[in-house]
Amino acid sequence: MSDLPADPPITDDLIASHGLNAEEYQRILDLIGREPTFTELGIFSAMWNEHCSYKSSKKWLRTLPTEGPQVICGPGENAGIVDIGDGQAVVFKMESHNHPSYIEPYQGAATGVGGILRDVFTMGARPIAAMNALSFGAPDHPRTRALVHGVVEGIGGYGNCFGVPTIGGELRFHAAYNGNCLVNAFAAGLADADAIFYSAASGVGMPVVYLGAKTGRDGVGGATMASAEFDDTIEEKRPTVQVGDPFTEKRLMEACLELMATGAVISIQDMGAAGLTCSAVEMGDKGNLGVALDLEKVPVREDRMTAYEMMLSESQERMLMVLRPEKEAEAKAVFDKWDLDFAIVGETIAEDRFLIRLNGEVKADLPLKALSGTAPEYDRPWVPTPARDAYDDVPDITPDAALLALAGSPNYASRAWVWEQYDHMVMADTVVRPGSDAGVVRVHGTKKALAFTSDVTPRYCFANPVEGGKQAVAEAYRNLCATGAKPLATTDNLNFGNPEKPEIMGQLVGCIEGIGAACAALDMPIVSGNVSLYNETDGKGILPTPTIGAVGLLADADQLIRMAPGPQDALVLIGETAGHLGRSALLAECLGLEAGDAPAVDLQAERAAGELVRAARDAGLVRAAHDLSDGGLALAAADMALAADTGLVLEADGTLPDIAWFFGEDQGRYLLACAPDKADALCAMAADAGVAARTVGRMGGTDVALGTSRVPLDALKHAHRHGLRDLVA
Amino acid sequence: MKTAVIVFPGSNCDRDMAVALERATGQAPAMVWHKDASLPAGLDLIAIPGGFSFGDYLRCGAIAARSPIMRAVVEFAQKGGHVLGVCNGFQVLIEAGLLPGALMRNANLKFVCRDLHLTVGTSDSPFTSAYRPGETITVPVAHHDGNFVASDAVLAELRDSDRVAFRYVENPNGSRDDIAGILSDNRRVLGMMPHPERLNDPALGGTDGGRLFDSLASALVRA
Repeated sequence: MSDLPADPPITDDLIASHGLNAEEYQRILDLIGREPTFTELGIFSAMWNEHCSYKSSKKWLRTLPTEGPQVICGPGENAGIVDIGDGQAVVFKMESHNHPSYIEPYQGAATGVGGILRDVFTMGARPIAAMNALSFGAPDHPRTRALVHGVVEGIGGYGNCFGVPTIGGELRFHAAYNGNCLVNAFAAGLADADAIFYSAASGVGMPVVYLGAKTGRDGVGGATMASAEFDDTIEEKRPTVQVGDPFTEKRLMEACLELMATGAVISIQDMGAAGLTCSAVEMGDKGNLGVALDLEKVPVREDRMTAYEMMLSESQERMLMVLRPEKEAEAKAVFDKWDLDFAIVGETIAEDRFLIRLNGEVKADLPLKALSGTAPEYDRPWVPTPARDAYDDVPDITPDAALLALAGSPNYASRAWVWEQYDHMVMADTVVRPGSDAGVVRVHGTKKALAFTSDVTPRYCFANPVEGGKQAVAEAYRNLCATGAKPLATTDNLNFGNPEKPEIMGQLVGCIEGIGAACAALDMPIVSGNVSLYNETDGKGILPTPTIGAVGLLADADQLIRMAPGPQDALVLIGETAGHLGRSALLAECLGLEAGDAPAVDLQAERAAGELVRAARDAGLVRAAHDLSDGGLALAAADMALAADTGLVLEADGTLPDIAWFFGEDQGRYLLACAPDKADALCAMAADAGVAARTVGRMGGTDVALGTSRVPLDALKHAHRHGLRDLVA
Repeated sequence: MKTAVIVFPGSNCDRDMAVALERATGQAPAMVWHKDASLPAGLDLIAIPGGFSFGDYLRCGAIAARSPIMRAVVEFAQKGGHVLGVCNGFQVLIEAGLLPGALMRNANLKFVCRDLHLTVGTSDSPFTSAYRPGETITVPVAHHDGNFVASDAVLAELRDSDRVAFRYVENPNGSRDDIAGILSDNRRVLGMMPHPERLNDPALGGTDGGRLFDSLASALVRA
């Protein structure tokens, strides 16, 4: 141990390589009144990077609605917590693992899943559902196929072994992600509302206990890496990606839940980004205490690890907790049962101090509160995204050709190739599997069920960040309503380019404005979230991609609405149709055109339509439902035809051009199926609620007929089944 | 009818199995930890559930097969006890020597989770008596290593002694002879890759899996 390498001198280059600018370094000097040690520099870098400090986004995140009678705990803890009645709560969050997944797709994606699961069970909740929102580069880009395979296998490899059903998500391809794929992982868990665990330490002289996998050098500097743009040195960054071990995570979860049940846990925090540093500071900061750590007690799996490496390691499957000393024997019995390493690595102290020793030598001695409390916060300059001209051409393509092309395109073909690699049925409560509007799982042992969806339309956000932000929330709302669930709350995962560019910052500001307005109007507060910036390669940013994860509640799983209509059902369109084709899937996929403005979202109409769906269901007027989004009425109807394995007929509008009527992406719409003799009652009920509704077609036949244009169901099926599979398999 | 579910640290279908057993028998099974060396007295059936018993980073089920409780399970089976192994449980039974063959990585190297059609190979067992031989049923699979291989001689013996319990209609993993589940020579041990416990409730999309538990409940019911 005595032959550890000497700490390097603090030079301008060293400071810059820690992602700290001159102003930030000066702030450190002012704060501690001396030059930091190498370990201290690492700690500041970890705490003050964009990934951990939200320094560019904090000002704007504060504007989001985060409260409501259903909210038990909003942003700021490991995950958000929402009341689902009967003393139960759903605990959920979404988090990105974009940069690691691009560098090492399997492990990057796997550890993204591991991290979000840990966030959930750290709070005392058993994970019951996972989702993943994935964005990749153009299908024909040379890296895309390998990234898709690696990321999907990594997600499956981790979640399948851990034993949580992966029940939904998104998959998109666009050239803007050629150099930066996005991997946004969502997890939700179930807890008793009176048995939630938080990170705030309490009590002086309490043992700080390390539990889980041993610490190695993997991930050292990961959070700093995730806060930088990529360039041609990317291969050198591979060692900063962590390696996941889902079997250890499973044992860690079981042990944590058992330990919590014994009453031994005072506070608990998982080691995620910036590992031991972030978790210890978080516990001390929230509890208004100091923390002293003796690093020679940390279980390690590599020789000669320095204090710097141990403090910044992002080795996975590790927890830090403060335990009641009198419960030590019970705690040890639980750790032994699950064969997990644990060690008392320090204690809470009264002073505001973060004291790090290695073999008795002080390696860092910093004011603890200042590490998180004084992190820089920027009001970065921004410019609004310029208004777009409306697109009002009538594209020259027939509805049948458009439908076949869309249904077979990489972006809209069946995602079964992906979700068949995820165990989506483990726990035996999945009542709506992937491929529908939202995944639905029963709340085990109750009549309740929870619906989960994740949504965003980046091409809308790019054209019009405010409307795009609204639309992401509105589509999530719609997907939940289409299952019959009442939307409860959301988590946001904001993926953007370099915030130091005013136009990128303008996208962030605009999207947050739209998201905030929609969450308020639709009564779906944001309870947790994550921001991923600097998604740029060689100066080229991604499309603004604020992924919205949302949760809805079905008080009775029997109230579930499915997507497959009966063989002769009438089809009733809910909501106003103006034939908006700007930024539509039709333009993008069939004409290679990114033109026009995003569709506007009328939040009041959106809410009224969603409430109508539930009311009509309660009145026995709905057999099946599907939301209208990308691809409009035609693609929604096609999904329902495929789900029912029955053809259908949709009538032309008569006023709007066919292509705009069938493929326009006006918001706030659903396609409902009901018995033919109930269609009039359904339309009357909508009229009473002030919601537009009209019968637009019926199920039956062997074609999907769009006015006079027809696609044989078999051809549609073939295109839909093979569009993605043949591309990637 | 008294049942037990063996729990390894990485089992993740143990609860699902327990729910299915309780639903069929009216009695909650005993949950038995892998470090225990003995079984509860008077068991009629032991179920080894799906999951990733010890992470399965090496040969699936190989470490689990050497855990203390498996000695007792093998002894139980050798004395004529009934044992059901599903998915990882099937892998464990093979590694423990209670069933022949081996389960390799799926031929296309991908994890596969979906409903599949199975043909019932035999109704002559306490696990399959509620099915008709030749009947097509729907049961989901969820595995990475379900590719059943065995020598020609073993395959011939399985066929000749009517011990292929289930075959895939569309083979998802490259298994020889489309084998999805096999019986021991005394017909009291069944190993199968598909998950009957996942499709035993209309809300989950079907009930064909439930009939396996119904078969057991009627075969093993005690006065």
